[in-house]
Amino acid sequence: MQVSLNGALRAGANGAESIEIEAATIRELLTKLVERYPDMQDHMDRGIAVAIDGVIYRDDWTQKIPAGAEVFLMPRIEGG
Amino acid sequence: MAHDNSYTGQKFEVVGNRFLRPDGVDKVTGRARYGADANAPGQLVGLVLRSPHAHAIIKKIDTSRAEKMPGVKAVITSEDLPDLTGGDAGMAQTLENCMARGRAMYDGHAVAAVAAVDRQTAKKALQAIKVTYKKLPHVTDVDEAMKPNAPVLHPWLFTAGVDPKPEKPSNVISRTQMGHGDPEAGFAEADVIVEKSYKTEQTHQGYIEPHACLASVTPDGQAELWVTTQGPFTYRSVCATLLGLDIAKLKVTSSEIGGGFGGKTHVWVEPLALALSRKANRPVKLVMTRDEVFRATGPTASTSIDVKIGAKKNGTITGATLELRYQGGAFVGMPWAQLACMTGFACYDIKNQRSVGWDVVVNRPKVAAYRAPSAPMAAYAVESTLDMVAEEIGMDPVNLRLKNVAKEGAQAPYGPIYGPIGIEAALKAVKKHPHMKAKLKKGQGRGVACGFWFNIGGQTCVDLNIGTDGTVNLAVGTVDVGGARASMGMIAAEELGISYDDIKVVVADTASLGHNDTTEGSRGTFSSGMATIFAARDAINVLKERAAKMLDVPVEDIAWEKGEAKAVGKRYSNLPKLSLKEIARKSPNTGGPIAGHNEVVADGAGMGFAAHIVDVEVDEETGLSKILRYTVVQDAGKAIHPDYVEGQMQGAAVQGIGWALNEEYVYGKDGRLENPGFLDYRIPVASDLPFIDTKILEIPNPNHPYGIRGVGETSIVPPLGAIGNAIANATGVRMTHAPMSPVRVLDALDEAAGMDQKVSAG
Repeated sequence: MQVSLNGALRAGANGAESIEIEAATIRELLTKLVERYPDMQDHMDRGIAVAIDGVIYRDDWTQKIPAGAEVFLMPRIEGG
Repeated sequence: MAHDNSYTGQKFEVVGNRFLRPDGVDKVTGRARYGADANAPGQLVGLVLRSPHAHAIIKKIDTSRAEKMPGVKAVITSEDLPDLTGGDAGMAQTLENCMARGRAMYDGHAVAAVAAVDRQTAKKALQAIKVTYKKLPHVTDVDEAMKPNAPVLHPWLFTAGVDPKPEKPSNVISRTQMGHGDPEAGFAEADVIVEKSYKTEQTHQGYIEPHACLASVTPDGQAELWVTTQGPFTYRSVCATLLGLDIAKLKVTSSEIGGGFGGKTHVWVEPLALALSRKANRPVKLVMTRDEVFRATGPTASTSIDVKIGAKKNGTITGATLELRYQGGAFVGMPWAQLACMTGFACYDIKNQRSVGWDVVVNRPKVAAYRAPSAPMAAYAVESTLDMVAEEIGMDPVNLRLKNVAKEGAQAPYGPIYGPIGIEAALKAVKKHPHMKAKLKKGQGRGVACGFWFNIGGQTCVDLNIGTDGTVNLAVGTVDVGGARASMGMIAAEELGISYDDIKVVVADTASLGHNDTTEGSRGTFSSGMATIFAARDAINVLKERAAKMLDVPVEDIAWEKGEAKAVGKRYSNLPKLSLKEIARKSPNTGGPIAGHNEVVADGAGMGFAAHIVDVEVDEETGLSKILRYTVVQDAGKAIHPDYVEGQMQGAAVQGIGWALNEEYVYGKDGRLENPGFLDYRIPVASDLPFIDTKILEIPNPNHPYGIRGVGETSIVPPLGAIGNAIANATGVRMTHAPMSPVRVLDALDEAAGMDQKVSAG
């Protein structure tokens, strides 16, 4: 599965725009991400959201990732 | 139990009506209890001593005289707030922002606090505290702070996101870049390219109610905090961390809130009130003055922005770039420029785009979220420049926007592909709105601009309890900042099939309900609405079980329709239907209380989009821009209570108008804030404004059972650009510095006139 990285997160993955990770859930995706790129932990601490087919998941790590989904990692935003 | 949050197209009977607001009587009669309205036996008055310097070393704080004064029960400095944050840098900076630790980082930074038996004694105690400062060089302007010779605020701050890694510290926290395609290739294809630089000044949320709290800590480690806040659960966890309290032993109750708009998502004086109470062993009430609110709570960022947009003569935007410099105050907080990178071009489908953000520290108060944080400034620059592109190619500005508008399937600046969104519908509604056809006189101009905000969901928990008379208590944990009690009551009534008048909604304290994220990011109606639907359905399952017992039929044969249980099937045709009230009345004998509950992580928030139209009249002698007419078009997904939705759209627009025309922090050369009050920091009042007309669009969010999107923030985004475009339309002069105050407009008109004279003389 190809996972695209928002520009703000690429520094944590040696500058990569996208990476290949096999994961069935957001939890698995983020766990494997940090295993492979330890520098990503800083971004994890600040918060990462996962967009699956355009729907942004900020918190629910149990969310399943369907086969063939567009997956995009981005900073976890808040608001006013 | 997992619930399906998909939109179903459910037909509504209650939702969409305009019921009387449940807090109306209390608010107009003065019964409503705000942050400063709680009292406790033996309470003390807390006051805070603040730095008069923009940047200074605190060499010594002598509190001895104050401590000996009769009536003074506690004096605290940073020594009374040891760092218990365990290496959490963000939390440590929150602690330092609440009370200076060796250095005052901005004018107004707290250095000590007292609790005394009355205000007069507390004031005298503050005067008796002697602080020895050594002034340091300061910087308050974002561009100045980025220069190599600027005074460096933090010797440990090295810019992240640049290659190679810097060897020297600076005020630049980080560089962020996002976008897609090849902007340079896009510019090469363009027939016209417009480049422009903009500045926006710092503004405050301007909530009418200052920060206020009543704190009580007892020697056995129990604590209570009554406070005006958008996030009682967040205040609880932050204060517990900073004070070393157990989370469960600190009960936080949110008062009625007199406005927050993001400014009441962070703690400011609350940890100080708790520390004072702990030291004095008495309750402490601490109410900020307006001066303190301006100087020492979190305004929005001031910014400096460069935009470049290239387009073909047919209007297609071929390339676009943004360079955004945002100051976040004296500490590292949210990456405000990063947020701007994500929002600046979000209304448009631009194949080749790049946004670069620089987050910067300066000697100003720590920036907090302000309604769609970071988006209005970026939109001011983008929407102004778009009108200039339209003029260059001779195209109607609305048509230019429609030509490039983002639709479902377009890639957002922050990466993902959009689902169903409402900006095209909003622009089409603008185009055919009667406002666009109204005639303008000389000196008047019209502007249009668009705006985007993400909206969020988050952790949410509600309880629904049915009384034996069939009336219902609904406890929610999101603060009622704009209609939560009414809209949640309507949703519960809709699901249960009962009257809205039979529901009483309360905002629960932190000891009575599971964690709820702060009411921010336009999440309240989306998140608590989702949890309320599921809690009501949970209660209906119980009601059906009780009805089955009462009718002596299997529960599988019971259906719930319009507030009644009925046994389905010909063999039950002689059985009566049972109303919710009838089932509730029998509940003591059928199994006890009937309740529904839900905890959910409400993900899948729907993006918010808006387009605004404004007419202004510019007085070329005074530079004053008067708003003649204003129309807001915004996608709500589903308007639960249209009055409140319109109120959010109007309120956000008015705050944007204030930002566009009047409001700004003015700092002197000494780095001190010169206008910390509503006389000199002027927010718009009703007499400054026309009626703000609204048009609600309802493009359902597919990830909410009712299709709800958040509506609280988006409409603060377009006003700066729309008004800038209207002033340009009225005068022919493009304003590039907000607020576009009379003096700035006059200067711009004079400059333009001077250039005209030079041209004619030459």
